[in-house]
Amino acid sequence: MSEDRPIRIHVPAITRVEGEGALHLEIDGGQITRLTLEIFEPPRFFEKFLEGRTPQEVIDIVARICGICPVAYQVTAVQAIEKAFGIQPTPWSETMRRVLYCGEWIQSHALHIHMLAAPDFLGFDTALQMGQKHPEILRRGLHLQRIGNRLICLGGARSVHPIGLRPGGFFRIPDRADIATLIDELETVLPQAEELVEWAASLPLPATAQRFLCVALQEPHRYAIHRGEIVTSTGLRLTSDDYENHFREHQVPHSTALWSLLDGQPYLVGPLARINLGFDTLPEATRRLAADAGIHFPSQNPYHGIIARALEIHFALVEALTLLRTLPRAEQCDEAFTPIATTATACSEAPRGLLWHRYAFHEDGSVGEARIVPPTSQNQARIEQDLREALQQYGLERDADELRRRAETVIRNYDPCISCATHFIRMEIDRG
Amino acid sequence: MAGPTRPRVAVHKFSSCDGCQLAFLNLGEALLTLNELVEIRHFVEAGNYDPDAPVDIAFVEGSISTPEEAERIEAVRANSRWLVTIGACATAGGLQALRNLNDSNDTWRGAIYARPEYIDTLDHAEPVGQHVEVDLALWGCPIDQRQLVATIRDLLFGVTPAFPEERVCLECKRRHAVCIMVTQQKPCMGPVTQTGCGALCPRFGRDCYACFGPAENAATDALAAIFRRFGLDPRQIAHRFLFINNQAEPFTTAGKAILPMGLYRSDE
Repeated sequence: MSEDRPIRIHVPAITRVEGEGALHLEIDGGQITRLTLEIFEPPRFFEKFLEGRTPQEVIDIVARICGICPVAYQVTAVQAIEKAFGIQPTPWSETMRRVLYCGEWIQSHALHIHMLAAPDFLGFDTALQMGQKHPEILRRGLHLQRIGNRLICLGGARSVHPIGLRPGGFFRIPDRADIATLIDELETVLPQAEELVEWAASLPLPATAQRFLCVALQEPHRYAIHRGEIVTSTGLRLTSDDYENHFREHQVPHSTALWSLLDGQPYLVGPLARINLGFDTLPEATRRLAADAGIHFPSQNPYHGIIARALEIHFALVEALTLLRTLPRAEQCDEAFTPIATTATACSEAPRGLLWHRYAFHEDGSVGEARIVPPTSQNQARIEQDLREALQQYGLERDADELRRRAETVIRNYDPCISCATHFIRMEIDRG
Repeated sequence: MAGPTRPRVAVHKFSSCDGCQLAFLNLGEALLTLNELVEIRHFVEAGNYDPDAPVDIAFVEGSISTPEEAERIEAVRANSRWLVTIGACATAGGLQALRNLNDSNDTWRGAIYARPEYIDTLDHAEPVGQHVEVDLALWGCPIDQRQLVATIRDLLFGVTPAFPEERVCLECKRRHAVCIMVTQQKPCMGPVTQTGCGALCPRFGRDCYACFGPAENAATDALAAIFRRFGLDPRQIAHRFLFINNQAEPFTTAGKAILPMGLYRSDE
């Protein structure tokens, strides 16, 4: 095909992502002259309507930013609230939050791997189509999703916008019988997670190596989920209070999501960044699975994101099992607390990566100002960087349909959560 | 595989968190059954893209908050035999409709975005029913999966789905839940909120926050008076009504009556 031949592709919505975005691509004389990932999901102004609201209302409101990762938003917010007012959750409450968070990772990752990403690598348009040919794959995804949702329900009553969390702990302590049933179910489902890792590693993933920075939370002796220190592959170690000194958000004309850069550079957050930085803190069984699958971490192949996600499902199952088997005494601190005028930050690892909150509170405990940086707006610059490299390596002379498919695969690989960051994927290729 | 006469279904997303669509994707094995019973023509998150396909049932998630969405919902209506709203956003505008209360759109957009001119939003986040005719509304933030499945079953059988609009209180009684309002003086919205969730919050020991919208004959003034007796100040009481379903009557009127100047002052 001649490089001068003008081709335009217009995909009104990239499917199998959470939300709505567009991609604009121009190729001129065999070179990419313009590439922008455009996010058009209507903004809902959460930061503004949090103002004036009470701590409990904050917990209930922020869940609504994203139906797929409400626990991440709630746990991050509750930690900021507790830090602000000097509330010390009991070891039991801390553990239960981590259990809920494990559940969210499991359901969100299982949904992404099976329903959103896998059809790309196996040549199907939809997961349900894939399910006609490979029912066992789809069923495994649905089972894992279910167990993840069950873990969230244990302390949250429902998996979408759970209602159980309050400053200092939970509204209710789960029944022992329910915990025992869940332990049994987790044990039953564990072999499926082992198979999942093996299967993910056997997918025909493109071989590539890209240079990119990773950012994730870290804790000394365990794989970080709900708290930790912010660590970067450039060697920074930061508390959540330092975040704004190094990470800057700015607005670009083509997006309703604000873009974030680390000291001026694009960076990666999410499962691959976490495993690249924290592989050593994974349980031995999970590390052995990675080794058996022949995947070495840290990896600079972005497509290994799907394997990282599978490994994190395994980790989260093992972790939830361990936590539930060794739950501390079920005791909680009081519902009452004394608010003061102050500012507090908190961060945690949402399924898609680092999630950072900052709240300024009035002395009655109501919110004066809120700022929330979701993972997808942090990954956006990295996605564009990856697209540029991936399409060049793939070959810009290929026909428009192939380029579009590859571009969509690259974007989906990041599991962009378009509701969090606001989003709609439209793609136009102009070849001048 | 069933024959070619399967009813055609679409799931459309507008301004929302995607949480109600998850009621489909979280169905488990039932999702596979559903896929045999109906033909899913459009469901972006599931990978089906055909927004203009004529369908028998269109499920709509999200509120209408941009000029583009206002156009798109007209097309959805024209292409659908039945239009079913799923969730608080589509049914009543949702949490983001809080900006309607004080016409805060321009102020808020200017506060969040350095270049607000790039952001094209309507002044109000509106329920679908304000733009087109809605055949059936499912309440909830999020919707309840059992209600969704029941709706599809009923529609497949040609029956008009019916859900009780009775109060959460009745569900508490049926499930032998201790009333947290009577025993703990918690400002529970259960007495004015419709059932559907299964009385989740009271059974979890907390006050209902009305995510399923107003019940039939909701006595909002009487409830506000009780909240006052519990020691809540006007702002706290207004917050109870002006929350997830702030644009649903009688919640809007009740909230505004308590705080006539509104929740958000434009100078804030």
